[in-house]
Formats: sequence, C-alpha cells, structure tokens
Amino acid sequence: MKNVTFRIGGVHPHDSKLSRDCAIETLPLPQTVYVSMAQHLGAPATPVVAVGDKVKVGQVLAEPAGFISAFVHSPASGTVKSIAPRADIAGKMVTHIEIAVEGDEWAEGIDLSDTLVTEIPADRAAVLEKIKKNGVVGLGGATFPTHVKLNPAPGSKAECLIINGAECEPYLTSDYRIMLERTKEIIVGAAIMQSVLGGCPCVLAIEENKPEAIQAMQKALGELPYTNIRVQQLKKRYPQGGEKQLIDAVMRRQVKSGGLPISVGAVVQNMATALAVYEAVQKNKPLITNTLTVTGDCLPLEKQHNYLFRIGIPLSAIADYAGGVPEGAAKIISGGPMMGKAISNMDAATVKGSSSILYLSYDATKRGETSACIRCGRCSDACPMGLEPFLLNRLTKAGDMEGLEKNAVQDCIECGCCLYSCPANIPLLDRIRQSKVQVMGIMRARAAAAKAAAEAAKAAKQ
Amino acid sequence: MTGTIIWTIVILAGLGLLLALILFWVAKKFKVEEDPRIDEVEKVMPGANCGGCGFAGCRAFADAAVKAPNLDNHYCPVGGNEVMKKVAGILGYEVKEKAPMVAVVRCNGSCANRPATNIYDGAPSCKVKAALYSGDTGCAYGCLGCGDCVSACQFGALTMDVTTGLPVVDEQKCTACGACVKACPKSIIELRAKGPRGMRLYVSCVNKDKGPVAKKACSAACIGCGICLKTCTKGAITLEGNLAYINYELCKLCRECEAVCPTGAIHGINFPKPLDKEAVKARIAERNRKAKEAAEAAKAENKEAQQ
Repeated sequence: MKNVTFRIGGVHPHDSKLSRDCAIETLPLPQTVYVSMAQHLGAPATPVVAVGDKVKVGQVLAEPAGFISAFVHSPASGTVKSIAPRADIAGKMVTHIEIAVEGDEWAEGIDLSDTLVTEIPADRAAVLEKIKKNGVVGLGGATFPTHVKLNPAPGSKAECLIINGAECEPYLTSDYRIMLERTKEIIVGAAIMQSVLGGCPCVLAIEENKPEAIQAMQKALGELPYTNIRVQQLKKRYPQGGEKQLIDAVMRRQVKSGGLPISVGAVVQNMATALAVYEAVQKNKPLITNTLTVTGDCLPLEKQHNYLFRIGIPLSAIADYAGGVPEGAAKIISGGPMMGKAISNMDAATVKGSSSILYLSYDATKRGETSACIRCGRCSDACPMGLEPFLLNRLTKAGDMEGLEKNAVQDCIECGCCLYSCPANIPLLDRIRQSKVQVMGIMRARAAAAKAAAEAAKAAKQ
Repeated sequence: MTGTIIWTIVILAGLGLLLALILFWVAKKFKVEEDPRIDEVEKVMPGANCGGCGFAGCRAFADAAVKAPNLDNHYCPVGGNEVMKKVAGILGYEVKEKAPMVAVVRCNGSCANRPATNIYDGAPSCKVKAALYSGDTGCAYGCLGCGDCVSACQFGALTMDVTTGLPVVDEQKCTACGACVKACPKSIIELRAKGPRGMRLYVSCVNKDKGPVAKKACSAACIGCGICLKTCTKGAITLEGNLAYINYELCKLCRECEAVCPTGAIHGINFPKPLDKEAVKARIAERNRKAKEAAEAAKAENKEAQQ
C-alpha cells in the first residue's frame, strides 16, 4: 500500500505518543458533575429540566436551540442542583446544569450489553433521527452536529466517507486506543454512516505511526461482512487530521476557499464519532462518554492514562484521580500541543469534545524572544491552507480588515504551523486568530444584511 | 559659439513660456471650486489628525463642518470649546458648548487587589488576549494590562503603571479624542466630564458578576450591593447587572457614595481635601433619621386626618 499525504504545507513535530500503551480505564464518577449547554458548534442547547428534578443516566437534559445545535444528555443519575452560568476552560461563562450524583441508574431503552450488533438498520431517516436524538457531535475537535453533516444538502452527493484516524497532534493517544480496543464497533459505526450516505466508498485513514491500529482494523475488516470499506495508510505529517488536508491526502481533491467538504464529494468523520454513532444507533446510548488522554512530557510514564470519562466531570477531578498536577508542569493544555488551548480554569467541566489533559514543562512551552520578520517565507511554506501568515500578521497590526479578507484569513484552520516554523518567534497565530474572529464577524454581518435586504425586496414585490 | 549659446537660451525660454501658458490654461479650465472656508477652518483646527471627531483628520472635519447645516454633530474634542467657537465664527453657526472631557480608566484591579490566576504568554496585545480567553485573573471584565490603550494614544497621555499593571491617564495631556476607548476590547475606558477643577466621581469597575464572584476575583470590585444607589439624593446612580454607574451630568460631587462604598470601588479624584468617611456617614445617618421621623410624623398626621 502506498502512503499518501496532503500536498500543501505541513510540519513534522515529534509525535511523543507517550501514553500509547496505556489501556483505557473507566473513570469513576465524582460527587457532582456539571453539564455544559455549549458542548457543540452552533447555538447552545436549551435546558428542559428544572432545579430539583431527579434525572437518570442518558436522560435528555437539554434540547437543541436551532438547526445547528445538539441534544445534551445526563451523564449521571441524581438531582439537578442548579442551572447557572459557570466558567468554561477559557473562563467564559456558559450555562451549566449541576447534578448531584446519586447511584448509577440508567434511563430505559439503553442497551448496556457488550455484544456487537453488526446488522445495519435500513431506514435512513430513523438512523439519522437516532444520531440526532442521542446528541452525537463530531469528536475530532470542532464538535459539529453529526446528523447535519451526514445529511448533505439536496444536490450534493457524498462520493467518499473518510474516517479520520490520523491523530496527527503530538501526545494524544485516545483515538489510537479506541482503534485498538473498540475496533469492530468503530467499523460498524463507519458502515452505518456509509449506508446513511448512500453506500459511498469508506476509507479508514490512519497515520503510519500507528501500525498496530492499521493491522487491527484490517484484521477486523476481514472478519466483518461489510464491503467497500478499506484502510488507507497516511504519511506522518501535521495537520493531516484537518478535514481539508485529509480530503486532499485521500482523494487528491482541494476544497475551495469558503467551501464545504461535500462540495468535492467528501464527508469526514472522526474515529471517536464513528464509535459514538455505533453506540447511538445500535445500542441507543447517547453521547455521554468519550476517551481522554492524561499525558505530558513532565508526567512520569506510570502516571499517564487513557480514560473513558463521563462528560461533565470537572478537569480538576480527573487530574486529582490521575495523581494531581505533576511538578514542573508550566502549562496545562486541553487538546494537543499544536491546536489545544491552555486551560486557565481547572474547575471547568469536561465536554463532549474534551480529548486530553496535557501537562507540558517550561522547556516544551516557552516562547522564544520575538525578533523582526526576515521574510524567510517559512510560515508560507508551512501553511497547509496556502496562506501567507506574515502578511496576515502585518495586516492585522494595521487593522486592514478588507485586506485580511482578500488574503483569506477566514480560511485559517488555526493549526499553528506558522508559529511552529517561525524562526523569529513572531506570535503569528495569536494575531491571525484575533483578526479571523473579526473578519468572520464582518462577513456574517454582511451576509445577514444581504439576507434581510433580499427578504425586504421580496416582501416589497409581493 | 556665441550663436549656440544665444539659440539655446532663446529656445529654452520659448519652451518655458509655452509650457507656462499651457499650465495656466489647464489651471483655469480644470479649476476645482472649493469653499475657501474649508481652508480657514482647517487653519484654526489643532492639526492633530487624531480622528477623535469621527472624521479621518482635521481637513476632513473642516470639509464636513462647512457642508453641514449646523454644528450639532461636529465637535473637535481636542480643540474643545475654544476652537469650536472659532469654527462657528468662520461659518456663522451657533456652537453648543460641551464640558471638557477626559478619559477615565474604570478598573482598579491592580496586582494587589486582583491576584493573577494564570500566566499569559501570548502576543502582548489586549485584543489578542481578549479573543483567546477571559484573562489572567478571576475577573473576566477588567483590564487585561497589555497596553493597547497606551499604544493607541497619540498624545502620550497614557502610561502603564508598573506596580499596579493598570493604565494611568495624564489629565494635562489627554484630549479626550477617544482613541483609547476604541482600542480597549473590554470597554473599560470611558470619556467623562472633567469636572470643576478636575474633581470627579466614578465607579472604578466594570465587573458585572454577582457580588461574591466579583469580590472573590478582585477585592476592589463593585459588588452591586446598591448602597450607593440608596444613599444618592440626586438620582445620579444606576445599578445594572450588578454594577453601579454614576451619571456625571447629574452628580453633584457630594462624595457620599464614595464614603459608603464597602469595597472602595467608587473613586473621587482631584478633591482638595481627603474624604472624612466617618463624618459623611454621620451626615447621612442624621439625614436618614430626620427623614424617618418626618415620615412617621406624616404617617401619624395621615392617621389623625383619617380619623
């Protein structure tokens, strides 16, 4: 098999998969869990329980508040203590439902057995409804509601379903562990999505630094009755797990600026999402658990873990259970070291998309002294979206929003390759991220104004 | 030899004359008619081109002011009333005098009052920091301390205080152009009336969290207790979202609110004497007692009248 990779940009950080041999352990429930209403991309969900209500595991706590939104379920059984704003990992206030845990009583209709159900339901609408009702969102990072992605707009057809097992971020091993331990479930999940999309070919894309996962997948594929699913080995390169990069690597197609993957006939889902889809459709189990890696360069190997956690457990509770914050940790990151965000609030609750607690030492995280840009062009070479980060940085400093939009700042995927490759240590991504928010705000406002104007014109015509 | 020199001079002189005539003709033919008052107005402007008036520069302001029917929406904060009177004189308009303004930093979250909960090592810019997270202290509203306001100020009126980590306004240099107000992503800086002899009262906090949360994050935070609101006899104070605000147009600078504020979030500055909190509190208590007595007497009277 030929190894493939994407064609523009990219970097080669050391993969540091320290916790790769740690089997997944189940994390016990703490006394209290806090369930965020904003665990997905789009509008925060609306709570449907009241303070004092008794809830069971898997019971609906909140309903979607719009087309792009998702159901939120209770990760624990107990009493709703409060529904109030609480700080998330960035310190932003988000409505959380606080549940005092009492026992572990599950809601009815959830299959808790381990038996593998390989038969794929034929009713497409029913499967989509199950995925939606069970609150499945993309677990690759963006937490985009899965049922929306699996239901492409009329006129567009999925030609290839890519299951993303690149896990190109250094340190993270949660996807790797589920690929080893939940292999067959993932493949069934992929097959379900494949059938929902009309039976297009399905590719399980895995980077070459995970040979065990590739072998396990190939072996399981041989044992399962599905056709048109294959494993594709990828060259190790960051940010291969980016949706557009993966499409380029597997299908050799480029998604145009501002376009969606479906415009080139691709649908990309994460390995963990495939598992969540399996559980939602075959077991009727809502998305209330995910796998999380506790790792870092300053954490001794015996203290590294991969946990199956219930969503809503505070990060601090997980850190305590894993043996506390190690000495020498200068930065704690949620997500990988390249794209993850530093956690400013350890009391924040885990969400559907939580993938790691990463302890990094001072040496691993320190920023070198910034010096002047020497126009070496390394950032432009590294940018997987073909942007010119040094130019975007300059335009941001000048506040030139039009120039930024013209130079496609909105296409930035915030992978951090520019910052990683800059020899002058210029905080490129910091500034680009800020101007991206501003430019996207301007674009949204313009689109809304255009829509309102079009509607007004329509009303006037009538 | 002499002939060559003469010819050269004649030809060049002729050429010069011809081109001069062409230029003269072009200047006549394509002359842009411009109101001469624009130049006059521009001459009296401060020439800072700071954009504080809302226009691109002093020339743009002059142009707009000449074309405008009145000066209601045109005011140069840098030049103030003096310049505006001159402008009005040139244009023959009335000018509404405005009280001189000054930039006020409404955050007292110094390192001592508001301990840091984490260390920020990103790009040194408040805008970047604000886009990333709530900040390196427990307060999600307060000053981020990266000095975007300082770099926005063209007049050198703002400096960062190294000990407190907060910006300080030099009142002599501040022209109230509003550049810092626009630069601050947390909307901490406000333009307020300078006040008589610079005396003014303001709430030095923008935290809208509930009292205990705000207090935990910063010992000098406004906790929204509303005591100032009850004390103020002028109705100058409003309380919105757990945050008090003093309307400088109604405030009579009695300093009673400053005396009763439990966290010291209300600041009075440039007053000649330091505030004697106890005396002011005693005054308020006395007034309240009298009011209570009067209310009781009125009640009794009412009762008698009813009987």
